[in-house]
Amino acid sequence: MSTFEKVRDIVVEQLGVEADDVAIESTFIDDLGADSLDIVELIMAFEEEFSIEIPDEAAEKIKTVNDVVTYIDQSK
Amino acid sequence: MLLDGKVALVTGASRGIGRAIAITLAKAGAAVVVNYAGNVAAAKEVEQIIVSAGGKVMLVQADVADSESVDAMIQQTMAEFGRIDILINNAGITRDGLLMRMKESDWNAVIQTNLTGVFYCTKAVSKIMMKQRIGRVINMTSVVGLTGNAGQANYAAAKAGVIGFSKSMAKELASRGITVNLVAPGFIQTDMTAVLSDKIKEDMVENIPLARMGTPEDVAQAVLFLASDNASYITGQTINVDGGMVM
Repeated sequence: MSTFEKVRDIVVEQLGVEADDVAIESTFIDDLGADSLDIVELIMAFEEEFSIEIPDEAAEKIKTVNDVVTYIDQSK
Repeated sequence: MLLDGKVALVTGASRGIGRAIAITLAKAGAAVVVNYAGNVAAAKEVEQIIVSAGGKVMLVQADVADSESVDAMIQQTMAEFGRIDILINNAGITRDGLLMRMKESDWNAVIQTNLTGVFYCTKAVSKIMMKQRIGRVINMTSVVGLTGNAGQANYAAAKAGVIGFSKSMAKELASRGITVNLVAPGFIQTDMTAVLSDKIKEDMVENIPLARMGTPEDVAQAVLFLASDNASYITGQTINVDGGMVM
């Protein structure tokens, strides 16, 4: 599975959206309806799934699915 | 039983009110993590009482004023029980004195343990509870946090701070099925009040409509209620257990 697919699965599970609704350019808040607490939970889920640590400064910059995928791929 | 299958972490549970809470929750069926800062003998006694009553218990030494120590405690709890349903932030200290004589170290120590310690423990446990989509946080404040008290500026400030903190947490965490409430004990028979002179005790009891000091068990029963499913529609509230001292 690509990083995007794994991220998409987590987003689907956490936010209860359809997989088809999650595109690489989707924004978490405007497109996917996440609130600030959802974002915190998503970050925690990404950290767990990919065994990485996303510091707060980096987490604040994450707005889109692409932001997460890029961050994860760079952390590998 | 009321708390069957639940896991409860009680800070400062080796003595006084925390001890009564730990024993009460364990007797109601919860597996209880008894946190203590230094008094291992007292903690072992609590362990004994719970084991004799057929309950589940684990002792964990940790200073709530130290975030690393708190994180280690949470990890130990998760390794043993795999979840935390109930957090009771009870650990507290006093360094009483009139403001003019209060040292900065007295101020800092009380704020660090009684307020910042609540922040550390709640932060660490909230992540777990958010994933579980259920949790009960009960923070011990004090009637002094509502009324103020000469000679306890640091303690009253910390306890008032805990109220503001708890109400904020109640709002932040409600959407994840986590409730956050407070219990405000009044004048309770513990080591903390045992040091007061008989004269002071008599004067205080005179101002209590129910005309007696409270017991740690009186407080523990209020905590038990808030920790149970019976209190699922209550959040951000303070229950005073003070014989009517503050209304």
